Amino acid sequence: MLNELKKRLTGKTDSSGDAFVDALREAISPERVKFDGAHRALHGHDASVFDGGNSGPVVYPETTAEVQAVVRLANDHGRNVVPRGAGTGLAGGAIPLGAPVVVAVTRMNKILEVDVDNMIAWVEPGVVNLDLSNTLRPHGFHFAPDPSSQQACTIGGNVANNSGGPHCLAYGVTNAHVVALEVVLPSGEVAMLGGLDAEPQGLDLRGVFVGSEGTLGITTRIAVRLTKNRPEVRTLLLSFDSVTDAANTVSGVIAGGIVPAAMEVMDQRITEAVENYVGAGYPLDAAAVLLAEVDGLDAGVDIDADRIAQIGRDNNATAVRLAETDHERALLWKGRKTAFGAIAQIAPDYYLHDTVVPRSALAGVLEEVYAIAKRHDVLVMNVFHAGDGNLHPLLIFDAREEGVLDRVHAAGGEIITASLDAGGVLSGEHGIGVEKQKYMDRMFSGDDLDHQNRLRQGFDPFCRTNPGKVIPSGHSCADIQSLRNVPDKVWG
Amino acid sequence: MVASPLLVSDDPVLAAFADEVGDTGPVSVAGSRTRWSLGGELADDTRIVTAPTGIVKYQPEEMTVQVRAGTTVAELHETLMAAGQRTGLPERGGTVGGALMAGENDLRALGRGRLREALLQVRYVSAEGRIINSGGPTVKNVSGFDLPRLIVGSLGTLGLVAEVILRTNPIPAVSRWYRSNDASPADVVEAVLAPSAVLFDGTSTWVELEGHAPDVDAELTRLQAIGSFEAVSGIPELPPHRWSFTPAEALAIDPAITGSYVSVVGLGLVFASQTQPNRTVTGAVQEVHERVKANFDPTGRLNPGRNPANK
Ligand SMILES: Cc1cc2nc3c(=O)[nH]c(=O)nc-3n(C[C@H](O)[C@H](O)[C@H](O)COP(=O)(O)OP(=O)(O)OC[C@H]3O[C@@H](n4cnc5c(N)ncnc54)[C@H](O)[C@@H]3O)c2cc1C
Repeated sequence: MLNELKKRLTGKTDSSGDAFVDALREAISPERVKFDGAHRALHGHDASVFDGGNSGPVVYPETTAEVQAVVRLANDHGRNVVPRGAGTGLAGGAIPLGAPVVVAVTRMNKILEVDVDNMIAWVEPGVVNLDLSNTLRPHGFHFAPDPSSQQACTIGGNVANNSGGPHCLAYGVTNAHVVALEVVLPSGEVAMLGGLDAEPQGLDLRGVFVGSEGTLGITTRIAVRLTKNRPEVRTLLLSFDSVTDAANTVSGVIAGGIVPAAMEVMDQRITEAVENYVGAGYPLDAAAVLLAEVDGLDAGVDIDADRIAQIGRDNNATAVRLAETDHERALLWKGRKTAFGAIAQIAPDYYLHDTVVPRSALAGVLEEVYAIAKRHDVLVMNVFHAGDGNLHPLLIFDAREEGVLDRVHAAGGEIITASLDAGGVLSGEHGIGVEKQKYMDRMFSGDDLDHQNRLRQGFDPFCRTNPGKVIPSGHSCADIQSLRNVPDKVWG
Repeated sequence: MVASPLLVSDDPVLAAFADEVGDTGPVSVAGSRTRWSLGGELADDTRIVTAPTGIVKYQPEEMTVQVRAGTTVAELHETLMAAGQRTGLPERGGTVGGALMAGENDLRALGRGRLREALLQVRYVSAEGRIINSGGPTVKNVSGFDLPRLIVGSLGTLGLVAEVILRTNPIPAVSRWYRSNDASPADVVEAVLAPSAVLFDGTSTWVELEGHAPDVDAELTRLQAIGSFEAVSGIPELPPHRWSFTPAEALAIDPAITGSYVSVVGLGLVFASQTQPNRTVTGAVQEVHERVKANFDPTGRLNPGRNPANK
């Protein structure tokens, strides 16, 4: 990777000599249009394992008008556009293909208005997820979606990926928490999708923009729903001798008609890593732990916590612990939320998968996941949003090892197949990006994909925004192979 | 590569529906005709078909139900009730497909979730007479573009819905309605954590509390600190016409404009005796609408005369 970086660094210098770049600099400001090798190399990647990205100029707009100016200039110059937030995406959604202009919205990071009468806040897309909730909490509210990456990822990225998090089990993923979106369309026009009123007229274009992975335009202002903080919370840590028992507890809870605020499972390898990293107080001898949280009013949380504990015991829980203090609860959650950081301490590389299976199939599919990893001789850890059946098998490897990536990809493919065969879906929250395009035809027919493409082209008839993503080539408006190569006379 | 068997329909009933819809000539689906004129009058020469009926697969332990579009919401909810569950679809007569196409929320959407959040997977027949599948059977899913969102509220102008998978929710232990003649609706919303519905007709405020009995009792105690509340059997009579306001606007309705009204506080939905002035979409949003419609239904054969922008 370092060599790659060096090559790119020495490739081109900051002097543009390119009419498009010059026009961008004039329209925005020279300092906020970057064209040096370092910037472009940095923006050729996101947090996924995929490379092959090739960034054109990187611009940092500060207003909707500036985003609009960039999109219009790109159209005038026949260049594509890729929106980008914090670059924490795991499916390659923000990877630029075909040397487009990368529109990094990170400087649009203001919380514009908290409107309690309408139970919303207007925010710019570059606001960091955790900053939003930290700002709202003292006023009695928070933004419900809480991805594990929340210290870094942006609300715009959350919208584009319809992101989830542990507490989306009861409260729903991002789509349920976005009321209206100001969007710069691929045409360069500004549109308001959705609205603050109960039932905005027309098609739910807001609803389809959420989760469209940056292919339908760039959102520049977002009305997010405020969620009232819950007065009472109970957090339980249940320990098990097997991952199967933990998974069966999760399906038992759902079958019992309880929808907890969160239900997260971690297996032994991950709890060990977390314990060594932050000392969250997890048991080291358990094959799996289940972190379950219920919130709401006084009586209900006790009733539900008792029932979850009982269902756990019925499924052979070896210990059930109720967090006694806020500090203890915070520590338990810190363990869960730093799980990926903990991995980074012990393994040079990891590939985080993301599929969903019916909750009743969790135990069986997990067993298969371990068997698949063993067959391919890769290390797997599981830490996942068990409550909604969202698996996150984490394949750990050292990329310097000869041939290891092939084994990692082979194992990943089998995990996807196992999930689909169990009645599951390709992705629960990371999206398709470039990662899972080749699996889309396992879930959708040619006709199905054609209809998805009809929607995409309704927004972007000329395929200018984030081309080469989500819909596999053949069905989509952009051929990914040609995008991998940089067009003639465009930035190499 | 073979598509996962669970994601492709081999249901002959759906295939027969697709054949009936065919690929030429104006066509519409009749449900129970409870919202027949929504978004415009259907063109005269339109052929009317009916959607298939029946609950295909109910999995209470997954909190999902697979149901054909012509099934009535009443029948669906009766089946779910036996397992202590319900959906976010409004119970006001009509079919599952009709409710989804109309896109109207239940007035208890704060408690039951918005209609659009109930739809996990949809199979519809396209203008070309093909069965299109989108979304997925699990409660969480971001695989591809979210066509279920596009379909909800589209009045059958993009495709004719054949079958859906809906999210179900547990029915809370108790549900109780209370009415007050002296508490302000804004105070009610502030006093309780998560009411399922708060209604206001300019004089009285109704509130539905749901949950475990001791919590509902505790919420009632909090309510009684701001006014006097009595238990009632349900909601007031609703005036016939729906208006869509912001939650803030819905707290300050001018009856000179709407006539007598019942406002759904927190949601912004208002039932009024007068009709809401025509709404439409304009500018760039209208352009996207028109392109999407043209892409999905190039010859304009699906529900001609209706337009979701004019709801
Ligand atoms: C350690 C780790 C843990 C994670 N945990 C979770 C988790 O629990 N749940 C979860 O859902 N995800 C998780 N993710 C994935 C990722 O953080 C989320 O997808 C996040 O929402 C991406 O936000 P971002 O700002 O980094 O977006 P980017 O990665 O910059 O972009 C993601 C996509 O959004 C588009 N985009 C960005 N901004 C805009 C905009 N303004 N308008 C239109 N399109 C835009 C991009 O084009 C791209 O397609 C995790 C990632 C990491 C690295």
